Amino acid sequence: MIHLLTPLDLKQLDKLSAGDRVLISGTIYTARDQAHLRLVKDFNLAFKLENAIIYYVGPTPTKPNQVIGSSGPTSSYRMDTLAIPLMERGVKVMIGKGQRSPSFKAAMLKNNAIYLVTTGGAGALLSSKIKSYKVLMYDDLGAEAVHELVVENFPCFVAYDLAGNSIFKGGLE
Amino acid sequence: MRQIRCDEISKAIKNTLIKINHHLDFSLINLLKKAKSQETNSTALSVLDDILENEKIAKQGIIPLCQDTGVVVVFVTIGQKVVLDGSLEAAINQGVKAAYIEGYLRKSIVDHPFNRINTGDNTPAIIHVNLVEGDGLTMHVASKGAGSENMSRVVMLTPSDGIEGVKRLVLNTVQEAGGKPCPPIILGIGIGGNLEKSALLAKEALLRDLNDQSDDPVIRDLEKDLLDSVNAMGIGPMGLGGKTTCLAVKINTYPMHIASLPVAINIQCHSARHEVIVL
Ligand code: SF4
Repeated sequence: MIHLLTPLDLKQLDKLSAGDRVLISGTIYTARDQAHLRLVKDFNLAFKLENAIIYYVGPTPTKPNQVIGSSGPTSSYRMDTLAIPLMERGVKVMIGKGQRSPSFKAAMLKNNAIYLVTTGGAGALLSSKIKSYKVLMYDDLGAEAVHELVVENFPCFVAYDLAGNSIFKGGLE
Repeated sequence: MRQIRCDEISKAIKNTLIKINHHLDFSLINLLKKAKSQETNSTALSVLDDILENEKIAKQGIIPLCQDTGVVVVFVTIGQKVVLDGSLEAAINQGVKAAYIEGYLRKSIVDHPFNRINTGDNTPAIIHVNLVEGDGLTMHVASKGAGSENMSRVVMLTPSDGIEGVKRLVLNTVQEAGGKPCPPIILGIGIGGNLEKSALLAKEALLRDLNDQSDDPVIRDLEKDLLDSVNAMGIGPMGLGGKTTCLAVKINTYPMHIASLPVAINIQCHSARHEVIVL
């Protein structure tokens, strides 16, 4: 088990290999389809993309007295194209589920970024690792808005590492 | 004649949707546990543990099982002797709206392919009505997530492709889907009819009892054969490797045109949320 803390120390990423189990603690940001469409055109952000960790999630609404609703990963491939300019602007870690395109992988390697996966359909379990949740940008997008999450021991697997190795088995890459 | 009130329908739909989004079906949990007992890959075991642990937290903490609480699909079977005091469609949508707003479920429906404005209450549901004899009303209700739906497909094979062609298509579909539809998956396959009929057959196949078997010996063998072949592919839970890729294969068939062999493959993730309401 490897702990990954924010702010990210980029040397930490070097040590990660596809298949490693990592626990993330610190501040991460949420963005999915609609938020990506805006982020790529927006240069006046409420957070720094540099060394950021982006989690592809759109939670269920928060119930009274809970921190956040169900918060599992969405399929990453839909963000493949739009993730590239964000990596060029400094994003280093992305968390989602499922395989990604060859062009995404190439851009990831070029920008020294990595891709992590976590268990899809485990939104209740993953929400228990989230300690705070607040909207940062694009409030009108509801569940798809950009949120800041503070997480503790948020469990992931390294899917693609800096050397270009992959965790995925059996599927077409 | 039998009178059924629309508010009863709405209430039943609401309660069922909230329930299925927090509780997995018992037979599904058993299949997951059985898969876990046979799994040897450590990553796969850890993902299966997450899924089983998630189910416990969801029902205790009253947090939905998955953040994608889906599009609502309802298969209604209604007797000709039933009289309603209003619109069936409106009653179902009223139940959906109440469940998604009052139950804190995610609203995932947008109004238009390109405008994509959220409808705000997860309506409209996708409703299929089947009129039968008698005075019964049953509604099979599902919350269907997009991750697995997006990996589904309909293909018009030719009759000469035969059973081998169907097998190849299924294996290719599962392979291309990889980890995206949140394996372990359930496969609902519709063979026959025409374009839309095959898709309906596939969706209905997904709603079958997980432990049942087809009455047709050829189809029964095909279900078993495909289950074994898919699990031999090594995709594993979330695509991260292992023996547990598919929990069940269900195939429904229908007669078809002499020139056609339509095949629909509907993929269901492990968060298979559906239940039958009998009124
Ligand atoms: S595919 Fe199923 S389990 Fe995975 S995120 Fe979608 S609804 Fe949830």
